[in-house]
Amino acid sequence: MTADILVWSVIAAQIMLVVAMGCYAWRVVRGPRAQDRVLCLDAMYVCAMLLALTVGIRTGSGVYFEAALIIGVLGFASSVALAKFLMRGEVIE
Amino acid sequence: MTHASDLPTWAAVLTALLVLIGAGLTLAGAIGTLRFGSFYERVHAPTLGTSWGTGAIALASIVFFSALGSRVVVHELLIAFFITVTTPVTLMLLVRAAIYRDRTEGTADVPARSALKPSGGNIAPGSDGAG
Repeated sequence: MTADILVWSVIAAQIMLVVAMGCYAWRVVRGPRAQDRVLCLDAMYVCAMLLALTVGIRTGSGVYFEAALIIGVLGFASSVALAKFLMRGEVIE
Repeated sequence: MTHASDLPTWAAVLTALLVLIGAGLTLAGAIGTLRFGSFYERVHAPTLGTSWGTGAIALASIVFFSALGSRVVVHELLIAFFITVTTPVTLMLLVRAAIYRDRTEGTADVPARSALKPSGGNIAPGSDGAG
């Protein structure tokens, strides 16, 4: 009973996160301008990181924590680089 | 998922609740991104997921692994702290870039710099002070 509550709520949360990633992916494809695409790409990184955390809860192993941390760091770096590119037209001046 | 039956009931219920709250907030932010009309409105929506969406799922992970290993595990706080610190930086850079792009193109819904400071005259769009 206890395990059922946890299993089904984690599965429901994963479905919600995947649907959220789908919404952001729609915005990335259709987004009217480049800044919408960068914004939603950044949000997709956060969704992927949360998905890795929920997979870690589901499997009970601590490996996914490191993966989530790396996804978070890379998402920040790539979003900053893209925002800088939109501002200046180049990343490294 | 055999390890979940080792959990006490309160920990399982708390973890389930926090995971659902976090994922629901993230989904609400994503739907908001689809529904808002302009970029300056849309930039608010994903912060639902980056503030308490991330916070609730990190708390759920803390509760789960602490109850599973019967010791306090707090390294998920690192993720919550990192996301809290980096999201405003990213979004401010992005919005400054968006304002700069809109001003250079002369879009109507962004006030020109000369409209904000009448005494300053016509300032070139490149002198925004950013970067």
